[in-house]
Amino acid sequence: MTDRKPLYLMSPALAWLTAFMVVPCLLILALAFFRRGIYGGIEYTFTLENIALVFDPLYAGVFLKSAGIAGLSALIAVIVGYASAYAIAAAPARRQPVLLFFAVLPFWSNYLVRTYAWIVLLNREGLIASMAHWLGYDGELPKLLYTESAVVVGLVYNYLPFVILACYAPLSRLNPEIAEASRDLGGSGWTTFRRVTLPMTFPGVATGFVFVFVLSIGNFVTPALLGGGQFQMIGNLVYAQFLTANDWPFGAALSMFLIAIMMGLLTLQTFATERASGTRPEAT
Amino acid sequence: MRTQANPRLMLMILSAVFAFLYIPISVLVGLSFNEGGLPTAWTGFSTKWYGELARNSDVMGAAFNTLIVALVSTVLATILGTLLAIGVEIRRRKGRFIETIIFAPMIIPDIVLAIALLSFFSLLDVTLGLHTVILSHVVFNLAFVCSVVRARLKTFDWSVVEASADLGASTPVTLWRIVLPVMLPAIIAGALLAFTLSVDEFIIAFFTAGAGRDSITLPMQIFAMIRFGVTPEINALATIVMAVSVIALALSQRLNRGGLPGQ
Amino acid sequence: MNRKNAIRRTMLGAGLACCASALMAGELVVSNWDGYMAPDAIDSFNATSGHAAELVLHGTNEEIMGKLIASKGKGYDVVFVSSPFAEVLHNLGLAEDLDHAKIPNISNLYAQATELEHDPGNAFSVPYAWGTTGLCYRSDLVSDTPDSWMDLLTPSEDLSGKTTMLATDRWLLAAGQLAKGYSVNETDPDKLAEVRDLLIDAKGTLLAYDDTTFYAKLVSGEAELVHAWDGWCNYGIAENADIKYVIPEEGSDLWVDTMVILKSSENKDAAYEFVNFILDPANHGWAAENILYKVPNETAMSGLSEDFIAQFPNMGIGPDELLGYEQLRDVGEAQRDYSRTVSEIKAAN
Repeated sequence: MTDRKPLYLMSPALAWLTAFMVVPCLLILALAFFRRGIYGGIEYTFTLENIALVFDPLYAGVFLKSAGIAGLSALIAVIVGYASAYAIAAAPARRQPVLLFFAVLPFWSNYLVRTYAWIVLLNREGLIASMAHWLGYDGELPKLLYTESAVVVGLVYNYLPFVILACYAPLSRLNPEIAEASRDLGGSGWTTFRRVTLPMTFPGVATGFVFVFVLSIGNFVTPALLGGGQFQMIGNLVYAQFLTANDWPFGAALSMFLIAIMMGLLTLQTFATERASGTRPEAT
Repeated sequence: MRTQANPRLMLMILSAVFAFLYIPISVLVGLSFNEGGLPTAWTGFSTKWYGELARNSDVMGAAFNTLIVALVSTVLATILGTLLAIGVEIRRRKGRFIETIIFAPMIIPDIVLAIALLSFFSLLDVTLGLHTVILSHVVFNLAFVCSVVRARLKTFDWSVVEASADLGASTPVTLWRIVLPVMLPAIIAGALLAFTLSVDEFIIAFFTAGAGRDSITLPMQIFAMIRFGVTPEINALATIVMAVSVIALALSQRLNRGGLPGQ
Repeated sequence: MNRKNAIRRTMLGAGLACCASALMAGELVVSNWDGYMAPDAIDSFNATSGHAAELVLHGTNEEIMGKLIASKGKGYDVVFVSSPFAEVLHNLGLAEDLDHAKIPNISNLYAQATELEHDPGNAFSVPYAWGTTGLCYRSDLVSDTPDSWMDLLTPSEDLSGKTTMLATDRWLLAAGQLAKGYSVNETDPDKLAEVRDLLIDAKGTLLAYDDTTFYAKLVSGEAELVHAWDGWCNYGIAENADIKYVIPEEGSDLWVDTMVILKSSENKDAAYEFVNFILDPANHGWAAENILYKVPNETAMSGLSEDFIAQFPNMGIGPDELLGYEQLRDVGEAQRDYSRTVSEIKAAN
């Protein structure tokens, strides 16, 4: 196929994104170069002070902290999610849609409702504590809620289905004969998995990781509720500039910084995927 | 692959994961039957919250709006996102610019997209309503659908498409008969993902919705009600949503089994 | 019937449906916090006035402010926001300058409620509820009755891990500012730094920052001493009589939630009627009795029974005492320092 035909396929989506994302967001992000007015309006004087402020160690620290929490959540979610997707794809074909359905069903309830269910489970007077006492444990339980681990559990929980869906897509069509051929050629189960299955499904793994990472780093509800507001994530920081401080210029500057870093990470991810899967035919 | 998987191990994985997914859900369902209003103490079994819910037309209206937003934006995003994914993966040349635009909706903080869209709409004097929420949800939904479908297409053998073209098939015919069937699980997965994201999305919906009651979605309603914590009424609603989904699935399974040969 | 006609009919039908929905959308949109007025207030306003008002909800001041600023207020007629935010709306030119002749019931307000610092003479905002911020605690669980902000910020050993503080920037800082004896609108960077250090130390002993469910934490015993608005502490008191409220000896702030009519409103007369309706002693008094927040309506407050005030003692705090506390004000340029200080506290380990 020539390179022109794809443009017809892409143009509706690209037009949509241009109209409802690129243009509106550029208008807002451009505010990074102006001053905040005394009452929170915009003063149209060019300045670089908002950009300079982003490089304050305080914000770099917040960024690293949230990247750490998001990275850990993404890693756990990918391991658990890949295993689940693998098990679903290994089930009889008729069962697969049902299993997928039940994997996403909890997430049609509501984010806040689920998060509160975790609070009910984890708080000091909560279900887990009551259960432990009922089983005869008398000592003081470690603090479960309002900790970093609680935030990670909440993020993994909420984004796990996205990893399952992302990994299921490539796993579902993995040709059983390829794996069989590998085994016939003497590869052990593990070798087959590592050399054949994983590389062929790596795009799904990478996609799932990216989903959890970007959704987590921008999340501002889970840190507030399960972390007791004691962790400042980059999502909270951006939210606070726009809504609490009414400082759109600085909010825009922080967002540009965040977008730039994430774009950098994604470029790396694209390279890694292309290399690891290595199955993309050179000539199409 | 089916031949290779250890069935007992697979069963163990599924049981553990589903237990993790459903423990909080059972807490939530349990609380919807708790007579007292506070989630901290069990005061007795009661279905009164379901009655309260039925009388709360605000919540029911919001639930209906959410369903509309999620369904319409999922359909639009699935079509646009799938076409985009095929277009990008078919291209020989990787365009950095296009890649950036496709990833951007996932990376831009929600609050930035929300404020940007509202400022943009008000600049153009667009009347806000459910339609502006749908327009906005399609933006991030299509990016997620596109990513899932691309993950599948990366390992797709494009020589099949070449062959089809060599045999004289037009591009649409090739896409419909050859590419689409292969991608179907990925498209379904992408659509499920989009639906799930849309049902739960709060901040963009809050900003791009009109001022009146007719464009309030469920997350907007629930975030506002959080002032008093999650009331059992909301738990009741979540329970009903899930129960209705399960019934719909059961019905569609039954219909499929009766209607389609080979199922 | 030819095709052209059919198309024309369909379009006409769609057009009619459009207009019908525009009519039903309600001519007056009021945005308030959930449960902050009588559930039937809107219905009874519509019944008596003949207007078609509808209520929408916002969870926080911040959310509704973001939306009002980005859309220049379009679509909303009356909003309920706390006083510093009303001030911002005024400064940004989004709030209507009030014509008191259209709000006769404003005469029901305490004289003190018309001379509030953020808006003397009620030029752009009408106070709806007011009160103090202090300590709400389980008198049956704490060993010493708290009476100072330091009891919250440097709690005794047995209270450690059982306290919560408000998460909203200004009130979080206010706790430290009051403890240090500074103004709740202090902008001096050195003093802000002292407040920050005090609050970072306090963070180590905290269970969580919480500004919605702290009273439920007291009821369950998960927390024993929390930083709270007086009206909200009353929700806890209603559940458990051992819960008490105290204003620390260093003082409190005076918070005021207000009604603002937006300049962009296309139904200003109806908006005035609504504000006037709320200030009717029967309607405003309902809020005091059922929402357990003090209202600045003299006629309404004088109708509260002694038993009621005995059950919820902070409902008895009078306007003179309230006016003795400083209000949170919009701090203008210093907002950036405030927000940075809060980020430093929340990011600290």
